[in-house]
Amino acid sequence: MRVPENVKYTEEHEWISVEGDIATVDITDYAQGELGDVVFVELPQVNASLKQMDAFGTIEAVKAVSDLFAPVSGTIVEINEKIIDTPEIVNKDPYGDGWMIKIQMSDSKELDKLLDAAHYKKKIS
Amino acid sequence: MGFLPNTNADQQEMLKKIGVSSFTDLIGNIPSELLFKGDLKLPAQLSELEVSQHLTNLALKNENCEDNICFLGGGAYDHFIPAVVKHIISRSEFYTAYTPYQPEVSQGTLQAIYEFQTMICELSGMDVANASVYDGGSALAEAVLLACGYTKRNEIIISSTVNPNYISVIKTYCHGREINIKIIDWENGITDLDKLEKHISDKTAAVVIQHPNFFGCLEEMEHLSQLTHNYGALFITSNDPISLAILEPPGEYGADIVTGEGQSLGNPLNFGGPYLGLFAAKKELIRFMPGRIVGQTEDKNGKTGYVLTLQTREQHIRRDKATSNICTNQGLNALAATVYLSLMGKAGLPKIAELCLQKSHYLSQQISEISGFHLKFHRPFFKEFVVEINSGESVEDILKQLLKKKIFAGIALRSFSEKLENCFLCSVTEKRTKNDMDYFVTALRELY
Repeated sequence: MRVPENVKYTEEHEWISVEGDIATVDITDYAQGELGDVVFVELPQVNASLKQMDAFGTIEAVKAVSDLFAPVSGTIVEINEKIIDTPEIVNKDPYGDGWMIKIQMSDSKELDKLLDAAHYKKKIS
Repeated sequence: MGFLPNTNADQQEMLKKIGVSSFTDLIGNIPSELLFKGDLKLPAQLSELEVSQHLTNLALKNENCEDNICFLGGGAYDHFIPAVVKHIISRSEFYTAYTPYQPEVSQGTLQAIYEFQTMICELSGMDVANASVYDGGSALAEAVLLACGYTKRNEIIISSTVNPNYISVIKTYCHGREINIKIIDWENGITDLDKLEKHISDKTAAVVIQHPNFFGCLEEMEHLSQLTHNYGALFITSNDPISLAILEPPGEYGADIVTGEGQSLGNPLNFGGPYLGLFAAKKELIRFMPGRIVGQTEDKNGKTGYVLTLQTREQHIRRDKATSNICTNQGLNALAATVYLSLMGKAGLPKIAELCLQKSHYLSQQISEISGFHLKFHRPFFKEFVVEINSGESVEDILKQLLKKKIFAGIALRSFSEKLENCFLCSVTEKRTKNDMDYFVTALRELY
């Protein structure tokens, strides 16, 4: 179970890593394991604006569908088209190639409300 | 074996186990003023023989298509059903089977549905079809809801030449949602294109056209499809599957969703149901489609198998965000349609359609030559046409007179539109012989 130290986590099992004011978002290794084989990801359009904890899309496994929640507020600047064609990447590489969206943050202070690796590890144990 | 109710002794034992002394203890929380007191005034019980006689007498009050010559249409038609259809659907494995959610024990049902879906795709020229929905009306309503959800627009344009009962169903399904329905007038039997152009906009989610339409007339589908797509709306059609054997498949003129009533395919008239809703769409819309979809897959040994797929669209998984609240299909009716289509085949079905076309045109020609009767619309039509009476008699009277001669002459259109108060809708299928039609024409001539 991978829980990288240098990123932040939400209660809904998304992780967020930040470079400057751009945040990359995906679901955690724990989440993809629980879901099982991902068959479809529904992502929003580029330029859509989100508020923290807005549902920005859905992720589908064979027998379950889950909403995806925005860890921070901002505007979507990029979405990962690769996972729409090959959703399995989310299972194989949730912290790398399987990323979902990149948000230009409107308020980086919102990151303080999120969980750090230690707290997330405790949550999923 | 029928239903065996619990005996009084059984009931006492159950009540004792629950821990109450009588049934009324269990409903003690219902305010006493709401409870019915006394005995239900039911008639005395009858023996099996008496019940049988009673029901037979009720049934004998019905007229049927065996004893009468049927020229009724308007969405349900008296087509020929080969005996093999009933033979296959009566097999208990099909007749009693229900939901094929457990694929391991449902391969027969699932494969039949898969074949059904494939045939509907072939007929309609679309990429994907579902396992069926209730009937033509609800299929059309589901298509409307899909369009609103997919385009995120809330205006629907429906031609007034769509079956009025289907329009009613659509309105019911849209009730409570903020969907604005615009009905476009007809002109000489088909959708008034000028009026449609005035109403369509970038707020339109879909344009809904029936083809052949309720009057039997052929609409200008290419034109309508293009107009719809110019505004980014979805083009939704409602088609008679028999007509699809000789008319252009809707997929080829750009339909986004094709719906229809499958009753004409191997299903009897049944006094109005159960019928068969057909639903097919373009690939892009697959995740927005309602209803069950059967997919082909491989088991762990590499053998071909069938399974309900894309279930994440449906209620039992997606709950309130499901594409629809339907969680069933018309399994036995779809099977009947599948058997019928297999029997008729690619050569037989067009022949049936041609017979309907030739015969309806023969009859319409003969009727128009009787003084006092004429064809209402001068447009190409398939197997139905509208007759207008200009002799001063009422349509209802004429239909009654013909009923006495054992002819179901047609559907009076007064209730559908003031402009049609002297008209009736007449349909001819491959079952009607030249004798039948000549008898009908003679009966009309002899009326007054």
